[in-house]
Amino acid sequence: MLLEAEKAGAMPSYSIIAFLVLLVVGLAALILVASHTITRLLGLRRTGPIKDMPYESGVDPIGDARSRFNVRFYLVAVLFLLFDVEILFLYPFSILYPRFQNEAHAAWAESLKSYGYTPGFFLATALIFFVILAVGFLYEWRKGIFRWD
Amino acid sequence: MPSFLHSPTDKTPTPIDRIIRHRGIVLNGFILLLLVPIPLAFAVWKLAPATVQAVLSSQWAVSLIMLAVSLLIIVHMCAVCILAERKLSAYIQDRLGPNRVGWGGMLQPIADGIKFVLKEEVIPARAEKAIFVVAPCLAFAVSLLGFAIIPWAGEITWPWTDASGNPVTVTTQVASLDIGLLYMLAIGSISVYGVVLAGWASNNKYAHFGGMRATAQMLSYEVPLGLGLLVIILSSGTLRLEEIVNQQATTGVWNIMAHPVAACLVLVAAFAETNRSPFDLAECEQELIAGFHTEYSAMKFALFFLGEYAHMVTASAFLTAIFLGGWSLWPGYDPLAEVHTWWAALIKFNVFWGKVLAVIAFYMLVRWTLPRFRFDQLMSMAWKGLVPIGMVMVIIALAMNTVGLRPDPAKGFAGNFAYFGASLAMNVVVIVVTMAIGARRPPVTGRQPNLPPVQA
Repeated sequence: MLLEAEKAGAMPSYSIIAFLVLLVVGLAALILVASHTITRLLGLRRTGPIKDMPYESGVDPIGDARSRFNVRFYLVAVLFLLFDVEILFLYPFSILYPRFQNEAHAAWAESLKSYGYTPGFFLATALIFFVILAVGFLYEWRKGIFRWD
Repeated sequence: MPSFLHSPTDKTPTPIDRIIRHRGIVLNGFILLLLVPIPLAFAVWKLAPATVQAVLSSQWAVSLIMLAVSLLIIVHMCAVCILAERKLSAYIQDRLGPNRVGWGGMLQPIADGIKFVLKEEVIPARAEKAIFVVAPCLAFAVSLLGFAIIPWAGEITWPWTDASGNPVTVTTQVASLDIGLLYMLAIGSISVYGVVLAGWASNNKYAHFGGMRATAQMLSYEVPLGLGLLVIILSSGTLRLEEIVNQQATTGVWNIMAHPVAACLVLVAAFAETNRSPFDLAECEQELIAGFHTEYSAMKFALFFLGEYAHMVTASAFLTAIFLGGWSLWPGYDPLAEVHTWWAALIKFNVFWGKVLAVIAFYMLVRWTLPRFRFDQLMSMAWKGLVPIGMVMVIIALAMNTVGLRPDPAKGFAGNFAYFGASLAMNVVVIVVTMAIGARRPPVTGRQPNLPPVQA
């Protein structure tokens, strides 16, 4: 019922999200500007080269903070990318696969079966996918990617 | 000086003093003020019933009202949560906590707010100024986006009919997205940007490390979060949150009962996503001063703080909707599952928020009970523990789907008992096997003398 209402334009979906984004960003900007103005007007303001230094426990900072860092952070990013792409492949699958059990989608399931795409075919596809995923995962594990000690 | 004001030397109470120091007068005044909207709403309803009916019949108007209501509740909840957390931590550590401002410290959040506004704003000389200013705004704004898809109280069918005589039904949700869960995941991923940008823009080594750690942590825990949600999607077959909640209410099987392992995966990942202890590695005091917000002061720091708490409230609401049955009263037979009157919606709204408060209390108890993880333990837990368990759970959910064991909203609790029992049994098997594996080979933690040095 909601779906039909949404198609007819009676149910707000993305437009109200866009409104919310504008509202919340505006709120954050307003808080920042207002507090900045109030602090300027009311608060003390003393600056100096010592005070404007980065706070590193009272030690004078050596070099720039944005220097080279451990390559393992990049490895985590690459791992995440692989896994997230794989999970995103599984999301559409996991929405459509339960429809084979759903009477409301019986016609859809029948039409797929008539082309030879049975539930077993989809299950086999997903399992092959998982096997590839597991092999890659075990390879990474053996390779020592998951060692942070 | 006027006689009703305090003079610094004269301590005799003035008439104003006698009023504001009288607990009963002020508390009753507060309660009366809170009750004002009720006669006001009644008067509007009596004066212009047609207008009110027309407004309440429009889904757009109801969505906007829900947006305003839930946004206000969440923002105020942040202040209450900060006070509650300070009190709770104080009691756990045998202290008194804030007890000076207001009655028993009740006005402490207001005092904190005034202090945040009046503090000096320091921007370090070598910081990237634009990003430094934008980062807290981003953290705050993103944390207030997620609540839009939470189905607070199900649908309402109004007691009046529209022009053609059909019953008018609206839903108490700000936006009903067909990709609800994906939206939630997307918002959760964006929230890392505030932290990373703050760490990078500060040009402070502690802040930089905090930002890097936050990135690695959030990226790692996104994977078990996705896998845990995949189990729920496979069992419910939809990404819409309202359908997931309806299903739990009508079948009487809450997802935490049928899928406890997936619930644990998502709960742990939600702790990590909100940067709460025991996963607050991005801001751990002992190692990194304050982590990514070391250089932040005044209102910019307050925005991070508010953002963290708003994120926590939203994550609790999300967990409630997905695993704890949303507005459903209790598992089994829910008498209000099919009742869509306005008073039922009010009860459901309160039930939902009661559950959210319980989850928030759990968050706080965990924070003040468990010690913080070490970073390698944190990463190992995500990749070597939660990800394999998540993959096994997804395969089990797939298998259960294939043999037709999935919730059927048309049947009640008895009709879904086979699904519930089978799912719970599989989860228990997975828990037992996991614990057996863990007991056989305890995890290697810390630098071991017999291991070769790590190749970076």
